[in-house]
Amino acid sequence: MLTHLPILQVIVPLMAAPLCLLLVRPRLVWLFTLIASGFTFLISSLLLQQVMTSGTIIYELGGWEAPWGIEYRIDQLNAFLLLIISAISTVVLFAADTSIRQEIPADRHTLFYVLYLLSLAGMLGIVATGDAFNVFVFLEISSLSAYALIALGKDRRALWASYQYLIMGTIGATFILIGIGLMYQMTGTLNMDDLSRRLPEVAQTRTVFTAFAFVIVGICLKLAMFPLHLWLPNAYAYAPSIVTAFLAATATKVAIYLLIRFTFSVFDFSFSFTHIPLQILFVVLGLTGIFVASTTAIYQTNVKHLFAYSSIAQIGYMIVGFSVSTVAGLTATLLHVFNHALMKGALFLALGAVMYRIGSVQLTQFQGLGRQMPLTMAAIVIGGLSLIGVPLTVGFVSKWYLILAAIENGWWPVAVLILLGSLLAIVYVWRIVEAAYFKLPPDGRESIKEAPLSFLIPIWTLVIANIYFGVDTRLSVQVAQAASQSLFGVSP
Amino acid sequence: MSISLETMLQLSIILPMFAVVGIVATGHKPDLRESVTIGTSLVLLYFVINLYQGIERGESIGVQWWEILPGLQLSFSIEPLGMIFALIASFLWLVTTIYSIGYMRNHQEKNQTRFYAYFAIAIGCVMGIAFAANLFTLFIFYEVLTLSTYPLVTHAGTEKAKKGGRIYLGILLSTSIVFFLLAIVSTWFVAGTLDFKPGGVFDSNVNTTVAGVILVLFVFGIGKAAIMPFHRWLPAAMVAPTPVSALLHAVAVVKAGVFTILKVCALIFGIDLLAVLPTTQFMLYLAGASVLLASLVAMRQDNLKARLAYSTVSQLGYVTIGALLATSSGVIGSSMHIAMHAFGKITLFFCAGAILVATHKSKISEMRGIGLQMPITMAAFLIASLSVIGVPPTGGTWSKWFLLMGTMETEQWIIMIILMISSLLNIAYLLPIPLHAFFPGTKTAFAGTGIKEAPLPSLIALCITTAGCVILFVYPQPLYELAKAILVTPGLTHGQ
Repeated sequence: MLTHLPILQVIVPLMAAPLCLLLVRPRLVWLFTLIASGFTFLISSLLLQQVMTSGTIIYELGGWEAPWGIEYRIDQLNAFLLLIISAISTVVLFAADTSIRQEIPADRHTLFYVLYLLSLAGMLGIVATGDAFNVFVFLEISSLSAYALIALGKDRRALWASYQYLIMGTIGATFILIGIGLMYQMTGTLNMDDLSRRLPEVAQTRTVFTAFAFVIVGICLKLAMFPLHLWLPNAYAYAPSIVTAFLAATATKVAIYLLIRFTFSVFDFSFSFTHIPLQILFVVLGLTGIFVASTTAIYQTNVKHLFAYSSIAQIGYMIVGFSVSTVAGLTATLLHVFNHALMKGALFLALGAVMYRIGSVQLTQFQGLGRQMPLTMAAIVIGGLSLIGVPLTVGFVSKWYLILAAIENGWWPVAVLILLGSLLAIVYVWRIVEAAYFKLPPDGRESIKEAPLSFLIPIWTLVIANIYFGVDTRLSVQVAQAASQSLFGVSP
Repeated sequence: MSISLETMLQLSIILPMFAVVGIVATGHKPDLRESVTIGTSLVLLYFVINLYQGIERGESIGVQWWEILPGLQLSFSIEPLGMIFALIASFLWLVTTIYSIGYMRNHQEKNQTRFYAYFAIAIGCVMGIAFAANLFTLFIFYEVLTLSTYPLVTHAGTEKAKKGGRIYLGILLSTSIVFFLLAIVSTWFVAGTLDFKPGGVFDSNVNTTVAGVILVLFVFGIGKAAIMPFHRWLPAAMVAPTPVSALLHAVAVVKAGVFTILKVCALIFGIDLLAVLPTTQFMLYLAGASVLLASLVAMRQDNLKARLAYSTVSQLGYVTIGALLATSSGVIGSSMHIAMHAFGKITLFFCAGAILVATHKSKISEMRGIGLQMPITMAAFLIASLSVIGVPPTGGTWSKWFLLMGTMETEQWIIMIILMISSLLNIAYLLPIPLHAFFPGTKTAFAGTGIKEAPLPSLIALCITTAGCVILFVYPQPLYELAKAILVTPGLTHGQ
């Protein structure tokens, strides 16, 4: 049983999805989904433990030996990502039943859970697999279900947002497919490990450069890296709250994973960073992304939009860490992947709770909420502080490593810019704080109650995680460090 | 009861935070709630005094909590400078609480439970700052202190309070995130440690340009020290209730700032290195300009609290100057000034609050003749003014004495002249207030109204701190001993 963990990780949600259709009562479906997701969380914890103690796990699908068969390859990097995705998915699901009752028509509840599980299976698959074409397959599974999930939103603009995402996402996926096809043409293999051995032989050909360019641009589209982020704000804003929380905390992280996997494992480091000016390109785009997106966030009137732009800015931080391209830089990026998932999971869930009580997340509707929904607002404040990077929260940990990485590399101006960027976060977080605590509620809205427990428990689980992992960083720092060391081929 | 000194050290940080639970739980019964605060502050004071005696016996007291990031620990240890700060803060918290009872109730402030709760958190943070064994620990408490005082500054909840809060948080968080954090990471990168150590942490062959830049980052980054141009938050914070202005913005928060600067200068750079850095002189002039300009601005303020706030900005410059002089007299003068100014300025704020409660007046121009109605308050105001100016028989004399000595030793004549001019300006903007209060001439609004002082608890509190100003003049020995010990720690010969 234990040897089959890598595949179980993907199979469980994949099989659970159609089974949902057999269960008639929505509540039962929810419970079933929750159990399935919880199961993946359990598996990923076991996997991480195994990887950290005994190194990379290789699993051959159906017993076919790689490179002929498909191989699942779990090292520290994937195990870390698997844990993040399955954990967030499980926590978010706790609130799903309450939230979608309000936001999605009853006849679509089962559909929602089916899509959710498919999306989860897709993401876990992308991360777990060691086969480049398999990546594309799972990417399509997770993306297609994500488009449908977004389209379930109550607001009619959700359809348009989903359509936008569909177009952009499909272009991205197609680019990735073209890139993989070109690589296959040159090397005759799709196995990542095999690719990494064969690509250097043909590294100087134009085809390989083209393949690299297609893959990177495709991934960056999925990643919503500035300036390819245009699909993201609307998709996050108009999707059902649960979907937003789930996707915001996981989808872009998967794309970051792909970026790292392709630039470090499939193509090797020297190819990605010396033959192609990826470093300067990414540091500039990352920093511009931080400033443009944060500034845009300040002017948003819809709080979901505000945090969506903040997400784009946070992706900028991850890209900057990535572009430093040292062990420290990559550690910072991976830490931020973990930490940002915790922050945005908590924040978007809290927005879901506000949506549940008030039916809107316009900034004007937040007026007076400090008194009416004290626990939810306290969660938003702590999540916001974490976003700013105040000590004792996870945000501080990633910021510390990011700055240290920049300074170690001698990039003083970058360090200063990173810090200046977090000042913008103060401004957009404080707009919410001031609305909630200094203004009186709008007329005619006196009797708003605190969010139900089914919201508060998952929200505060994530908020406490924000603080806990800001104080006790052993798990996150160790794993992130081990992952980036192994990517650089440095033995820990 | 036998509690080890290590436990007391930890309790002095944790206890105020735990008091919050008690304060919130007893929120509906004001008398009980205030008893919790007073009880906590008494216990805290008891702990701190015990710790002080431990230090006097030459014991080294330190505790490590846990590692947050590899190599970066939350740990605490007591050295003389931190001891001075902790003694002042814990003692004045007790006094301020007594004062608050009179003030908050008579001024009919709302949300008093919230007020006492955040106040307790702030004091816990101050203790954390005072006892921090490394910059990392200090930074964490520094930031939490900013955040926990924000609800106190915006206590009134009005549009004006919101604006003040914006400036307060904006400047303090921005400077600390952009400059202070960068300085800390740089120090960590260059020196490989953040522990406070007599003689400093940098190698003797460290690149002085880099270290010089780091010094500038520190001085700008520690926004709580209110060096111009990052002083605006302090006048903005005056929208808070007077006890907050008194304890936090004359003592705890601002002193946390200059305390940090002093500690960085003495125990991160070390005075030997500091003396040769290329930027020290520049920062010295900046602090000098801050002293002078703030005094000039103070003269033009008609609102009493605003005038006191600018006076604080100016006096904080003294402490920074003392630290940057990089001599032992400078450090002694600075650390004594932290104490002297604390007692003087808190008294002045107590008086301002007392006047507000008793007469609802906040403008200086309306206070002519007020001495006839509030003789005790105004007498206290006079004595505290003398202490801030630095003339006998008040404690301020000593600190200014050492600071001037420091400027002479290092032949910083310009700085010396600045200090002297500033003292004259202090006289010009502080003394007229009590003088006009007692000798109003013909323009008084208070003739024949009879004596009507502030509520008794407030009056008692301000008498205690006034007495403190005088006692520190007569009996400065313990303070001086502590200040002298900052640069020499047992077991280490480096320093003097």
